[in-house]
Amino acid sequence: MVEGQPTAGARTGQGSMRRVRSRAIAVLGGLLLASLAAMAWSLAAGAMPIGAADLWAALSGGQGGMEADIVRTLRLPRAVAAFACGGLLALAGALMQVLLRNPLADPYVLGISGGAAVGALGAILAGATAGWIDSGAFIGALAATLLVFGLAHGDGSWTQTRLLLTGVIVAAGCGAAVALMLSLAPEGRVKGMLFWLMGDASGATRPWPALALLVIGLAAAMPFSRELNLLSRGEVTARALGVRTGRLRGLVYGLGSLLTAVAVTTVGSVGFVGLIVPHLVRLAIGNDQRLLLPAATLAGGVLLCAADTAARTVVAPIQLPVGVLTALIGVPVFLFLLARHPR
Amino acid sequence: MKTDARPPVLAADRLSVQVGRRNVVHDLDFTLQPGDTLVILGRNGAGKTTLLHTLAGLRDVAGGDVLLSGQPYAAWPRGHEACLRGLLAQSQPDFFSATVLETALVGRHPYLGRWDWESPEDEAIALAALATLGLDGFAERQVPTLSGGERQRLAIAALLVQQPRLYLLDEPLAHLDLHHEIGVLDHFQALARSGAGIVMVLHDINLTARYASHVLLLDGQGGHEFGPAREILTAERLSHAYGHPLRAIRDGSQTLFLPC
Repeated sequence: MVEGQPTAGARTGQGSMRRVRSRAIAVLGGLLLASLAAMAWSLAAGAMPIGAADLWAALSGGQGGMEADIVRTLRLPRAVAAFACGGLLALAGALMQVLLRNPLADPYVLGISGGAAVGALGAILAGATAGWIDSGAFIGALAATLLVFGLAHGDGSWTQTRLLLTGVIVAAGCGAAVALMLSLAPEGRVKGMLFWLMGDASGATRPWPALALLVIGLAAAMPFSRELNLLSRGEVTARALGVRTGRLRGLVYGLGSLLTAVAVTTVGSVGFVGLIVPHLVRLAIGNDQRLLLPAATLAGGVLLCAADTAARTVVAPIQLPVGVLTALIGVPVFLFLLARHPR
Repeated sequence: MKTDARPPVLAADRLSVQVGRRNVVHDLDFTLQPGDTLVILGRNGAGKTTLLHTLAGLRDVAGGDVLLSGQPYAAWPRGHEACLRGLLAQSQPDFFSATVLETALVGRHPYLGRWDWESPEDEAIALAALATLGLDGFAERQVPTLSGGERQRLAIAALLVQQPRLYLLDEPLAHLDLHHEIGVLDHFQALARSGAGIVMVLHDINLTARYASHVLLLDGQGGHEFGPAREILTAERLSHAYGHPLRAIRDGSQTLFLPC
């Protein structure tokens, strides 16, 4: 981004894009700091508060001891999982909003979370272990993605309305299946199911695939970010300016689905992060995907990491599912935005 | 026409265009030289927009070829065609908010590399185009706050920012008041005189008579007539194409067409 900064002084009436850009770069810097702060809070806070010195010692692999154990085996995986999945959901949400040209779209709008829920609850119902529940969720998410893609793309058209309607219907079908499984499930497994459905980071012991995918996903989307700007302005405009929209939409669809599937597999279907984070970031820095995508990714990570820390500390020793907190924050924020921006 | 070493801006070679199974044009041949202004006329649903999108390389042909600066679209390196031809679409939906300047800068996309950002030069081009369309001072405004006519002028400005050799305009006068109608047409006439080619869909026959060098008349049943504007613009031909009687009134060197 730095090489894009012109060195010559702005002439009169010019440089306004540069002002927008430097403001956005300041926002990105601020989000980077906020990410570090959220991670530090998440590692330090809990039933056993850990000071900065011990935290540093634990992370730098210094001495052993209980603090180091807690940080390394409990809090770090959970904090990283929450941050990575928040980022994944926000990035996927931003991509889906461009794909469907609808600022109110979210990563689950195409039925991915419904499919994952069916897979995960099916696995819980069958008494599977954590690893199999994750696999079930991932397979369910991919199956729903392929189903929606196949049904909506069957006639070769790519209309958003068709895609959206197919996604809504598949999600409704999954919802019915989920309700069926909840009513059939034995008492002892219902709580686990409900926690999964609301989104819960407490069981996230293997966060690194999610973090790796976050980096890869952002790196894969960034080269196309200016083309995504054009796509968000409409199919004809984008194609007339030389964008291969069919290929680009396939890429966005596939990438958005994969990001969502991994996030849902790791922490369950946490709501509202993928919807409100891109929206809030857009209000702050505008709709230029070159800045929006990285900013939304960081902001999503910060939000989910902080929300998860709050979820396990506010009413300790009870741990809330983080999805409840994001929804409690998300619903009023969203209604506020909707009231401010009538569409 | 002056001798130009460069190939014609646009050519159709036995071009056939279909919507579903219906013919829009069949075996259309024409050549658009630098300086030419071709106006496409026809009744609603005759396929004017479809034909324009085909000429823009956005639709498959049913037969024949479209040649942009001497080559079929497929032969141009991907993305380069956008430096040669620009399209003003019939409507400019805005799904997301953006500023006027950002919207105008969209036209620079074909000239920027994958990782490039718009330079101050790009911004100067965009601001100049906005000024040409009477939108100076609008750069920071949000597009949804603009009126219909202002949005149409913004879309035209974004097309000027693209600086193509061929301008394809789908109803460029939509939502414009009389003053801006003439201003826009005068500007494209000036661009044609400096070597561009213009193809536009219009509904105003008298403005067509004033600005067109050539006219393509679609009858809506797959038939067409193409030729110099003076030959095609007759009361008889227009009455047939529009399915409504028109009469020609001569006023000095000008001919005006009025519906009966």
